[in-house]
Order: sequence, then C-alpha cells, then structure tokens
Amino acid sequence: MAIRERLSGNEAVAYAIRQINPDVMPAFPITPSTEIPQYVANYIANGKVDTEFIHVESEHSAMSAAIGACAAGARAVTATSSCGMALMWEELYVAASDRLPIVLALVNRALSGPININADHSDSMGARDTGWIQIYAESNQEVYDNFLQAYPIAEHEAVHLPVMICQDGFITSHGVENILLAEDDRVKEFVGEYCPAHYLLNEKEPMALGPYAVSNYYMETKRGQREAMENARQVILEVAERFEKMTGRKYGFFEEYRMEDAEYVIVIIGSAAGTCRAAVDRIREVSGKKAGLLKIRVFRPFPEKELAEALKDKKAVAVLDRSEMFSATGGPLGTEVRSALYGVKSQAEVVNYFYGLGGRDITVEDFEEVYVKLEELAQTRVVKDMYAYIGLREK
Amino acid sequence: METAYNYKEVMSRPERLAPGHRMCAGCGGTVAVRAVLRALHPEDRAVIGNATGCLEVSTFMYPYTAYEDSYIHNAFENAGATMSGVETAYRVLRKKGKIGENYKFITFGGDGGTYDIGFQSLSGAMERGHDMVYVCYDNGAYMNTGTQRSSATPQFADTTTTPAGEVSSGKVQVRKDLTAVMAEHHIPYAAQTTFTGNFRDLHTKAEKAIYTPGAAFLNVMSPCPRGWGYEPAELMQICRLAVESCYWPLYEVVDGKWILSYEPKNKLPVEDFLRSQKRFKHLFTPGGEELIAQFQAEVDKRWEELKKKCGA
Repeated sequence: MAIRERLSGNEAVAYAIRQINPDVMPAFPITPSTEIPQYVANYIANGKVDTEFIHVESEHSAMSAAIGACAAGARAVTATSSCGMALMWEELYVAASDRLPIVLALVNRALSGPININADHSDSMGARDTGWIQIYAESNQEVYDNFLQAYPIAEHEAVHLPVMICQDGFITSHGVENILLAEDDRVKEFVGEYCPAHYLLNEKEPMALGPYAVSNYYMETKRGQREAMENARQVILEVAERFEKMTGRKYGFFEEYRMEDAEYVIVIIGSAAGTCRAAVDRIREVSGKKAGLLKIRVFRPFPEKELAEALKDKKAVAVLDRSEMFSATGGPLGTEVRSALYGVKSQAEVVNYFYGLGGRDITVEDFEEVYVKLEELAQTRVVKDMYAYIGLREK
Repeated sequence: METAYNYKEVMSRPERLAPGHRMCAGCGGTVAVRAVLRALHPEDRAVIGNATGCLEVSTFMYPYTAYEDSYIHNAFENAGATMSGVETAYRVLRKKGKIGENYKFITFGGDGGTYDIGFQSLSGAMERGHDMVYVCYDNGAYMNTGTQRSSATPQFADTTTTPAGEVSSGKVQVRKDLTAVMAEHHIPYAAQTTFTGNFRDLHTKAEKAIYTPGAAFLNVMSPCPRGWGYEPAELMQICRLAVESCYWPLYEVVDGKWILSYEPKNKLPVEDFLRSQKRFKHLFTPGGEELIAQFQAEVDKRWEELKKKCGA
C-alpha cells in the first residue's frame, strides 16, 4: 500500500533521495533548492542514509565532485537552481560527454539579471543543449515519481547519460500537496544497484577518463551521445511502464488532457499546466468550445514524432514558453514545436507566448484569453504576433 | 610510514607514468610527476587526477593513456573538487565492502590550474580534509597556452602577456606564496620542493604527503624550457641555483610546525639564478642592476620571514 503524505516538492525529492540512498551528494545552497541538501544532511545526521555529503564551496565544484564520484563508481546526486546551474555549465557538458549517470534535482528559477528568485525555466532551457536528459514535473507527485525513475533511465546500459529532474521554484518546491509515496523496499527494488562496467576504482581494470580528443575523435563522441539520447526514448517509456506496475501512475513523453477532440491546444511545461487544465474545463463547460492541453514531461530527448502526431490535425496551437532565448523569433519550446509540425506538413496555426518570467503569476483567465485568441487565429489564419506575452505590463 | 631513503631502490621502482607521452624534453613537469608517483608504495593503487594543462593534453591523448593507474581529467579549474568526489566515493564504497584494495589519491595541476583558476576548488578540497594530495607542478606561467603570466610568475619575468619592452620590465607584481597559503589552511602536511641531487627531498616529501592521513599539498618547482628559456640539459642546474639562492626554499609544514629542509651554506646571489634564463635577459642590459637588486631584496625578505617561521 502506498503511503499518504503531505509534502512540498523539495521534501518529496529529499524523500526519494533517502529511499534511493545514493553514495555521494556534493551540493551548494541556492534558493529555492537549498532545502533538498538540508533534508539530506538531516537524514545523514540521523543515520537514515549511507550517503556521504561533500560540502563543496560552489556549484561548479558540486558538479565537479559529482563527476569524480560517479566516475569512481559511486551513485551521485546533487541539487541546484538558476545561477547555481549556470556556474555548473561547463561541467554539465563534461558529465554528459563522460557518459556519467548523475542525477540533478533542479528547482527551476530565473537566471540573473536582474536577480530574481522565482520560477522560470531559463536555467534548464539554457542547458538544453548540454546532453542531459530533462524531465519536468507539474506537481509534487510528479517530481517525486520522476525522481524515482531518474536512475533507472540514466544508468541503463543503452543510455548512460545524466538526468535533470526539474520542478518549478516555490510553486512546486515549496507548495505542500497531498502525495502518494512508494514503500522503501519497493523503491529499492525498482531503482536497483549501480553496477557500472567501467569505473576508476575497479580493482580488476584501471580506467582513464577525460582525454584530450583531437579532431580525429571528437566528432564520434558527439555521435555516441546522440545515439544514447535516441536510445533514451525507448528506455524512458520502459521505465515508465515498470513504474506504472509499481504505483499505478502512468507516464509518457507528455500528458494529453481532453485532446481527443480538441481543436485549440496549449502546449506547456511545468506547474502552470494545472491552471491551464482548469481553464480547459471551464471553457468546455461554459461554451462547449473544444479546448485541449498538452503538457511536456520529457524535453530532452525531444519527443518530436509523437508530439507532431498529437498536434498535427488541430486548428490552432499556442506554445507557452517560461524562458526567453533572445533569438527575437520565439522561445525554445515554441521553436521546437513549430519545427516538429513542419516535418509533418501540419496545417495547424502555431503561436508562441511568453509567460511567468521571473515568477509572474498566470491565471485561469489568462489561459482562457489564449484560447479565445486561438479561435480567432483559426478563423482569420493571420498571426498578428508570433512572439506575444501573457501578463506583461505594456506601460 | 616514512622509510629511509634508498636511492637505488626508489629509482628502480616500476614507472607509473609510462614513456611515450608527448611532454617536451627538459620539462620539469614530467620529472615531478614521475618522482611523486615513485613515492607510492608499489603495492598501493592510486587514482591520478589532473587539471587541464600541458601534462593532461600530453599524457592522455585519446586513445592512449600514459598512466598505469586509474586517471581522471575533468577541466582546468576543478582538479581539487573532482578528486574530492573520487576520494569520497572510495570511502563510501569501501564502507559498503565493494572495494578491498588500498587506494591513494593524487592530483596534479600546473600553477595556472592551482594558484589561479583552480584556487577556489583547491582551497575547498583542502579545507574539507579529503585524504588526498594536491601536487602543483609550478612552472611559473600558463605554459600550455604559450607562456602567459600567472600569479606564480616571478616579478620582471618576460611572458607573452607581460612582455619586456621599451617601457616595460616584464611582470609588475611579485609572486603569490601559495605554499604558505595552503599551510595556513591548517592541513596536516604542506611542503615545497624541487629537483635536487639525488631526489631525496622530493621523494621524502611526496611520501609524507601521500601517506599522511588527510589533505596534503605539495608545491614542486618544475622549470619549463620553453617558457623560461634554457637548454633541456640545464634543468637540474637551474633548480640548484633556485635553491642555493633561496629563490625557492625547501621546507615543509607538518601539523602546523614549519621546518626548513635545507639552508645553503653560502647563499648565492639570485642574479645567478636569473642569468641562466632567457625570460630575465632584459635585466642584464644597462639599467637592469636596480631591478635585480629589487628582486634580491624580495628574495631576502621572504627568506628571513621563512627562517623566522621555522625558528632557524
């Protein structure tokens, strides 16, 4: 029987870490992820885990030490947010190219400047090209469930890539919700032992890691990473299936809400999906208009084929980005969704919106307005603004 | 722990840095690495770490490694943090019974990766007290990128970013005293050494650094023929002049106790050390006497301070 609890997103991740009992956790505090290492430190102080904490002097050293620990043959975990992850940037690439299955609990927060401690996705979206698998959550339940699935995906022999488990700062990380937790022994069995084939402390065979690779070799390492990312698609689904058997909760690349007959669709990532779902229900109830929602769970690898299939026959699609990328043409999710639809020659109209930057609230009414605009767009087929904002003060 | 130094026995130990790497002839860095690794007891295993630099790009060029032991390079500024992760993993896995053998953890960085860009990472690793040795092979500039000045570069050195010219006498500032800074971390063992006669000094310090439980720091002056401007065969002579002039004093700090390892009977003028290198050649032109005197005054000041700390 699952355990009923009330936990914040940070507590849920820490609880999952306790259950997984990883070997090494180097971490450096940064709002809003600070609580995660604090909770783990408490577990350590009370003998609840065997994990060794490394009190590193920066996030760059946190990821560096995680790389050292994982290369040595240990299961490593860290947590961070925003500028903390920006300081790790160089090391994110190294972790991925060294093919180390490190798990990073990311609590999404806006990047400076100006300094802002609230939720947006600029940190993880900026890291979308680092070679990490990225899995996002809407709720505390999802971030807990995703975290339990992280190591089985990362450590799979066909993958061997680091995984970032993302949740929205404060909204998810600090909001307390009802949650169902799996029992310790079942989690232990689900996650399994980390038994790498090659590692520094292998007594039978020394290993050298982190070579200088000249142009004769560099390109093949990138190709290898791409293959691993492609393999991750299947592995993510297999692990989700195994997870469903354990908990009854079903996961895929994305979640579709009232999409079967939907004509107007919002594509979104993270906690705002809950608010959007309320708007879909209200619209369908009040006007009978066919609103739908597609919530991305897995952003890396990008589920292009499946996403295009789900959206191609819709009348109009609004892709909502919670981070800028300053291409002056749209946001990261908008660009990739549009590109996916181009591949299937979809006739759906697509617009891109920015919302919630630096933690700005988005309401049910805001979403309702987007659906109204989608309906207009489907009729006029004229995109007035490909690059619009929700909730921006214009004066 | 510390065994009597037996030159013949030590020198006949199997090499742990295999020949065939791509370091320059006359490079001090390679000599330092081989000498430090000789201090490992042959029955012990090791994980060798490395900051980005000449050593890394020349000893582990895919798909060949020159190391007999496990080896990890991560990046330029994080050799300390990376090895702290490896060492921590060892402690956990050993506690869990997954590893039976003895491992030692030694990481190498040049002065760029140690004094400058990797300073924070090193300081953190030493403060946390990981059971590891950080070895700086100090060649006094960013040699891998072509002799740019570092905080370890001596004053007046001609480097590619502090070139001597009509209105410049080379590097303006005096060098950072990193060994002292590391000793002030109150780690159990910190020492400064270089290549002398029969390598006793380097060997015994490396052995103490490796086999003292806790964090240890070893600063090995390791001349660079390209950056300093000397013939490969002159390596040992330059080191001798550095030590005999007290430019590079040999000392160790054991549990907070400062100990002078060697006091020259006749302290040579630092001019002898400077004259042997092309990077100081502009000091030996008219008007250079004053700069040499200034250099000498700095060496004397530091030597007196060190002697006071050592109670000598």
